[in-house]
Amino acid sequence: MTGDWDVAEECTQDAFARALETWPRDGVPRSPGAWLTTAARNLALDRLRRAAVGASKLQQVATLATEDDSDDAEERDVIDVDDSGVEDDRLRLIFTCCHPALGLEARVALTLRTLAGLTTPEIARAFLVPEPTMAQRLVRAKRKIRNAAIPYRVPPAHLLPERTTAVLAVLYLLFNEGYAASSGADLVRVDLCAEAIRLARTLTELMPDEPEALGLLALMLLHDARRASRVDEIGELITLEDQDRTRWDREAIEDGVDRLDAALRREQPGPYQVQAAIAACHATATTAAATDWVEIAALYGALARMIPSPVVELNRAVAIAMADGPEAGLRAVGVIEESGDLDGYHLLPATRADLLRRLGRHDEAATAYRQALDLTTSDAERRYLQRRLDEVETAR
Amino acid sequence: MRYALLICTDESAEMAMSPEEGQAQYAKYMTFQEEVGAAILNGARLRPTTDATTVRVRDGEVLASDGPFAETKEQMGGFYLVEAKDLDEAIDIASKIPGAQQGSIEVRPIWDM
Repeated sequence: MTGDWDVAEECTQDAFARALETWPRDGVPRSPGAWLTTAARNLALDRLRRAAVGASKLQQVATLATEDDSDDAEERDVIDVDDSGVEDDRLRLIFTCCHPALGLEARVALTLRTLAGLTTPEIARAFLVPEPTMAQRLVRAKRKIRNAAIPYRVPPAHLLPERTTAVLAVLYLLFNEGYAASSGADLVRVDLCAEAIRLARTLTELMPDEPEALGLLALMLLHDARRASRVDEIGELITLEDQDRTRWDREAIEDGVDRLDAALRREQPGPYQVQAAIAACHATATTAAATDWVEIAALYGALARMIPSPVVELNRAVAIAMADGPEAGLRAVGVIEESGDLDGYHLLPATRADLLRRLGRHDEAATAYRQALDLTTSDAERRYLQRRLDEVETAR
Repeated sequence: MRYALLICTDESAEMAMSPEEGQAQYAKYMTFQEEVGAAILNGARLRPTTDATTVRVRDGEVLASDGPFAETKEQMGGFYLVEAKDLDEAIDIASKIPGAQQGSIEVRPIWDM
């Protein structure tokens, strides 16, 4: 019937990636009720502090802050060793690598280098930058950690919620880098998804009382479970509706849903948990037609309240269209258009076009598809939109 | 660790303050200084950039000119030199400077010579 959903799915990720770029710069929005209660926070901290930290271990990890050299084996040793205290070290390291005083690119690179153990050439390849550029980025980041005395520790309680958000943002960005590239041939980038999942898993083990960490892990698992079915043999995007659901990774979906349930039991909802819940609605629907769009529309409403964003609103409009019909969806799209917040964003006319097409208003649909075609920069999307445009023009 | 906390604000807004507003702002700075106490090693408020002179030496010649070295929306209106355990502590002190409410504070580690 339609490929609205995948378009919408991509744009949520886009919205979130944008939020993640602006939060570190402009500060994390104060979302009421979304963060850890003091009790949960203290519990987490107690648990973390109980682990004894060997002085020598600390010394070793401190090489991160003292060595300017981007390539020292010691760092990796520290991460691979598995005895008591290491977990605590690793958590400190995560918070140091993801400190907001470092640029977002530096945080991502540093996290891959020191926590995932990727080599500098590997990271450079993953982010499509020349190796010397990446080496320099890492050297500068480490130099700043040392020279500005960025602390090597788990932040105190009053800083923990926003610093944890910064850590989650880095991991999610990492995942998105890999996920968005999964239509390409570069396998290194797909590996980023695996690294992000591994690190998120580690984080949930280190901070078992942080529901948003669980939510993020669930979100990644649920998206990743569908990776194999997202593109066809020639690299064309397959919309969610047309994906072969038998190729979805059942085990990963189950794992994701379990994590999400564990997170939701804490009753401290946050944006990652809500997004994971949306992904779970899709991943657990046995057929595209069985998708619970009413629930999804409600979840997008909740997400929009947590992270007000016109792109989230656009997703909500798509969900409303699926739940209540294209006309209801068009009304919601109209509200966004009037706000002018998404002017120039190709998915706005693309969404309108798909809704009009479904209503059989082919002329109007064709106009909207042309507007979208003028705005898109992605080849895969251009091909998709052109296909749809041809369809409605034939149908006239 | 020592850090310079450079207070960058829109000085035209400050110049436009009424005497009462100026007094209130001054009082806020006094409260801040009391609260932070001994961590403040030094500090000063700077007169506006209209009183600034920029000096360059080119080919041995001293060139003095009117104004700041760069025209920017925010100007450095003062600074503190503070002692802090690490960057987080410096950020914490910086966040308490009244000027952070309207302008911004640049936290610069001191280069130990």
